[in-house]
Amino acid sequence: MIAVAAVGICRRYGRRWALLDVSFDIPQGSLVMVTGRNGSGKSTLLRVLATAIRADRGTVRIHGLDVRTDRESVRRKVALLGHRTHLYEPLTALENLAVAARFLGADAGRRALLARLEEVGLADRGDDAVQTFSAGMRQRLALARVLQQEAQVVLLDEPYGHLDPPGFLLVDGLLQRLRRQATTVLMATHLVLRGRKICDLGLVLEAGRLVFAGGAANLPEPAGADAAGLAEGA
Amino acid sequence: MKDLLAALRKDLLLQWRGRAQLVAIFAFGAAALLLFSFAIGPDSAALRQHAAGFLWLGLLLASTLSLAESFEREVEEQALEGLLLLPASERSLYYGKALANWLHLTLLGAALVPIMVVLYDAGTLRLLSLLGVIALGTAGLSAPGTLYAAMTSQTRARQTLLPLLLFPLVVPVLLAAVKATSLLILGDPMAQFRPWIMLLSAFAVVHWSIGGLLFGRVVED
Repeated sequence: MIAVAAVGICRRYGRRWALLDVSFDIPQGSLVMVTGRNGSGKSTLLRVLATAIRADRGTVRIHGLDVRTDRESVRRKVALLGHRTHLYEPLTALENLAVAARFLGADAGRRALLARLEEVGLADRGDDAVQTFSAGMRQRLALARVLQQEAQVVLLDEPYGHLDPPGFLLVDGLLQRLRRQATTVLMATHLVLRGRKICDLGLVLEAGRLVFAGGAANLPEPAGADAAGLAEGA
Repeated sequence: MKDLLAALRKDLLLQWRGRAQLVAIFAFGAAALLLFSFAIGPDSAALRQHAAGFLWLGLLLASTLSLAESFEREVEEQALEGLLLLPASERSLYYGKALANWLHLTLLGAALVPIMVVLYDAGTLRLLSLLGVIALGTAGLSAPGTLYAAMTSQTRARQTLLPLLLFPLVVPVLLAAVKATSLLILGDPMAQFRPWIMLLSAFAVVHWSIGGLLFGRVVED
């Protein structure tokens, strides 16, 4: 079954095309790496799939639902971890999860929320305001909030961003868990070597165009990775 | 209803966490009332005559700070977008925020009344009616104010744009609120209070209805 079907997506910011005629199909349960240079359109693509922004042209279907006409139904199936954390800075970690839980109709009790925080290694900081958190801790909390949605399609924009090596392993573990649950995951990242190991499929964007779509093991070598000595965590 | 209660609870919690800012906004409103009294000078009759107008001007100026502040937390980490993507109902998010803003502006208006009484010698024995006028007038401010605060929250010049957009729209509300408050302070020999209250109520109903309808268009891409 196709979980995500994109046909000819175009999205423009002012005069610049951030996405140009991007088409692909993603089977359900796939772990997909989306890569490309800065400004190649990775984040825009994920935001279009998440219905955070609209495509100027083209169609996207999530589990058969059109993101343009069935937006609310699509949103029940999709969760997005964006560049911004979607968190309220003055609220505590537990309060942030409670806010989302109440809208989702999920258990907003302290015990259930602490279990969510435990998953991302923040159980001991549940009563601290987010504004006291480091960038890595915010990223972990944002991940917990995404997992809270129990979505069928999870979109992760730089999930390893700001994380320490144990955080890298945490994300790897979460991805494996999502795979076991047959959740479809699209993950934008620059960590190509890591992506090759854990992902099934790969998409490469270049200046808004899709230049590669295929098995993750066949992803092209990241340009200059060796010269730059890119570290990919633990 | 579940989403509305969740939104209201979230907004009240955010206001509570930002209570230091609310105290600063009250101080701003009180300072505005003090400055207006300097403009009139030591003429107690004139001060009393203009007290209602000054109260509502002070409240209006303070409300722009308060309304803009209410969306600061929504945009800094795109938390509002996060709720929309859950998905939370746009209308519930609007009414939750507008209700929290209404409550805050009503409390602010009530807190400014003693300042008005002291500075302008403009007391009234009909305190409950005065609170009712403040509640109705702030309802007419908070509904469009919440909508415009959402609209301007993503812009760089939001502190300037919000009053520019809001003030012309709320002039009728302001006029009706000033007139009703003035009748309470100065007396109502012609029994005009009730029609002005009806007018204020009508504005509040219109603004609250339109705000809920338009909010989705304002916050979506």
